[in-house]
Amino acid sequence: MSIETIFWILGALTIASALMVIISSHPVRSILYLIVTFFMISAHYVLMNAQFLAIVNIIVYAGAIMVLFLFVLMMLNLSKDKEPKSPLKMTAAAVIAGGSLLVVLVAAMRDAVLSPSNIISSTNQQGLVENLGKELFTTYVLPFEISSVLFISAIVGAVVLAKREKQLL
Amino acid sequence: MILASLFDSLSVQHYLVLSTILFVIGVFGVLTRKNAIILLMCIELMLSSVNLLLVAFSTYFGDASGQLFVFFIMVVAAAEATVGLSILVLLYRNTRSVDVGFFNKLKG
Repeated sequence: MSIETIFWILGALTIASALMVIISSHPVRSILYLIVTFFMISAHYVLMNAQFLAIVNIIVYAGAIMVLFLFVLMMLNLSKDKEPKSPLKMTAAAVIAGGSLLVVLVAAMRDAVLSPSNIISSTNQQGLVENLGKELFTTYVLPFEISSVLFISAIVGAVVLAKREKQLL
Repeated sequence: MILASLFDSLSVQHYLVLSTILFVIGVFGVLTRKNAIILLMCIELMLSSVNLLLVAFSTYFGDASGQLFVFFIMVVAAAEATVGLSILVLLYRNTRSVDVGFFNKLKG
């Protein structure tokens, strides 16, 4: 099975699950289809030998962020009948807007000149943990430290916002 | 012609087209759905499509900076999803609804 066959199968599955995310009427099914999409994108990363990012994608996106979405959804206890629906004119306008964006992006790519040797190889070495780590802790150490400050601010913000206020007697 | 080379061996044009289609699906979801949780998820889908394209270009150029930028995008996406969901929980507690059509108190 050649690498192109694997790419076409994975690409079709990614697009199909992304479409099911926006088409599903039940919100829990949308979240589950998005988890499937993230697994397919991780498979694409493995195909390009970006090993660290494939695992981090599964752990962080599919494992933490989507589980957070599921918890919030279950806490809000929404069901299929309480799902708000867009009027048909809004859906038609969204289709036209999204379709025009696709047409403009494809037209912009039409005249793009890429050098002939643009084959994606699955044996390159930048995605391995050691090479990424060397780059991260020498050139990019300042954004790395600032991202920890970002996380602290997000945690403090989430706790402050979602805390239940004490009921006054 | 970029679209004619889709039938040759696997190249970065394949990932350009795939990432564009995923991004447009995310945009369509943001414009169509009125449930605020699905809206936040479609934003995550858009960010993931950009991640995919960054990794493809990082592989194409042989540069690790693309994959490190994906790492930082994931950091920002996690923080944004956390704070966005906590705002949503607070809104639901006050208005009992997650329909974004109801959140128009700031409208003139």
